[in-house]
Amino acid sequence: MAGTFKIELVSPERVLLSGEATEVVVPGLEGDFTVLAGHAPVISALRPGILDIRDGSSRRRIYVRGGFAEVDPTQLTILAQNLVDIGAAAPGQIAAELQVAEQMLASATDDAGRLLANDALAALKSIDTRAAA
Amino acid sequence: MASLKDMRTRIASVKATRKITKAMQMVAAAKLRRAQEAAHAARPYAQRMDQILANLNSRLASKEGMSPLLVGTGKEDTHLLIVMTAERGLCGGFNSNISRRARQDIRRLVAAGKTVKILTVGRKGFDNLRRDYTRQILDRIDLKGVKQLGFVNAEEIAEKVMAMFEAGQFDVATMYYSEFQNVITQKPTALQLIPAKLPEKAEGTQAAKAEAIYEYEPSEEEILGQLLKRNIATQIFRGLLENAAGEQGARMTAMDNATRNAGDMINKLTIKYNRQRQANITKELIEIISGAEAL
Repeated sequence: MAGTFKIELVSPERVLLSGEATEVVVPGLEGDFTVLAGHAPVISALRPGILDIRDGSSRRRIYVRGGFAEVDPTQLTILAQNLVDIGAAAPGQIAAELQVAEQMLASATDDAGRLLANDALAALKSIDTRAAA
Repeated sequence: MASLKDMRTRIASVKATRKITKAMQMVAAAKLRRAQEAAHAARPYAQRMDQILANLNSRLASKEGMSPLLVGTGKEDTHLLIVMTAERGLCGGFNSNISRRARQDIRRLVAAGKTVKILTVGRKGFDNLRRDYTRQILDRIDLKGVKQLGFVNAEEIAEKVMAMFEAGQFDVATMYYSEFQNVITQKPTALQLIPAKLPEKAEGTQAAKAEAIYEYEPSEEEILGQLLKRNIATQIFRGLLENAAGEQGARMTAMDNATRNAGDMINKLTIKYNRQRQANITKELIEIISGAEAL
């Protein structure tokens, strides 16, 4: 299916992205899932991870820390609190997020918290290695 | 009677004041535009949030066992008032209107035998309420160093409020801020944050109902719980932005009035000054003439 759907990425401060996409990988709280056009309606909480937005051949990767995704057949809305556009991030931003993730890991009191923090770290580290390569 | 020199100084000083108020008005106008843009940009997030919340709320069969953020603690003995004002004055009645609105409610609550606690955001609210309610003010948050309001600021306040709520320090939280209606009108408003007042979904058409069928991941209750927490920060953020826009609007109007007032005053003083000068000249002439006649 080559259908496109509307994607909106909204932070509390402004609308960051509003456009079309063919395929988006969303880091849901209970596992990553891929949204294609015509997806069944879902509302999911997000865990820290990488949002992978593809429109045909172009691709954008955005790190999100917490938020919600609302999917319906024609539209995907992501309400995110903290995000870093990996392609256009300022040098310090990813490092800062890494620090936040490490703090999360240090202050996590239960397994669920530790798991989330670990995910965040893993996602961020994967960016770093890719940038270095 | 003021001498001519005194009057000249007076006129010069009013002129200087007019320049200052004029400049402040223009600065406020520029800032107002930015504040309005920020408030506008923040709207989609809040709207989506409201939609999802309303959706979830209408789907919940029973509210039993739900987060106390939604259903309350079961009593309402202690009220927390979050009074949000500006950091600076010289903006007409903006700050005192918000404080007055809060004061009314404090009096009403105290008369009803409730305990009142206050959290002030912004220096002016603290200054206004401190005289009468020193003991009730739990904490104050200043945003003095903040140049551009960010969501971080709202989160900070929300965390404080949440910590207090979890420690059982209050049952009901209400936020006082000024709703930005247009540049001239700001309406002091009270908004209840905890327990959250969710818009109940009106009995819509069939189509609206069909749209509301979502799957939830994780469970509805868990998502609602998380959303409610986030909603507090979102509402506070909205209040902050509305306040920021309102403050600039109010300052613009106040400074416009002041500028016009200064202009009127200059005109009046100038007329008075000219009359005085002519009178002096006439007097001197008479003195010279009568002096010459006496010879």
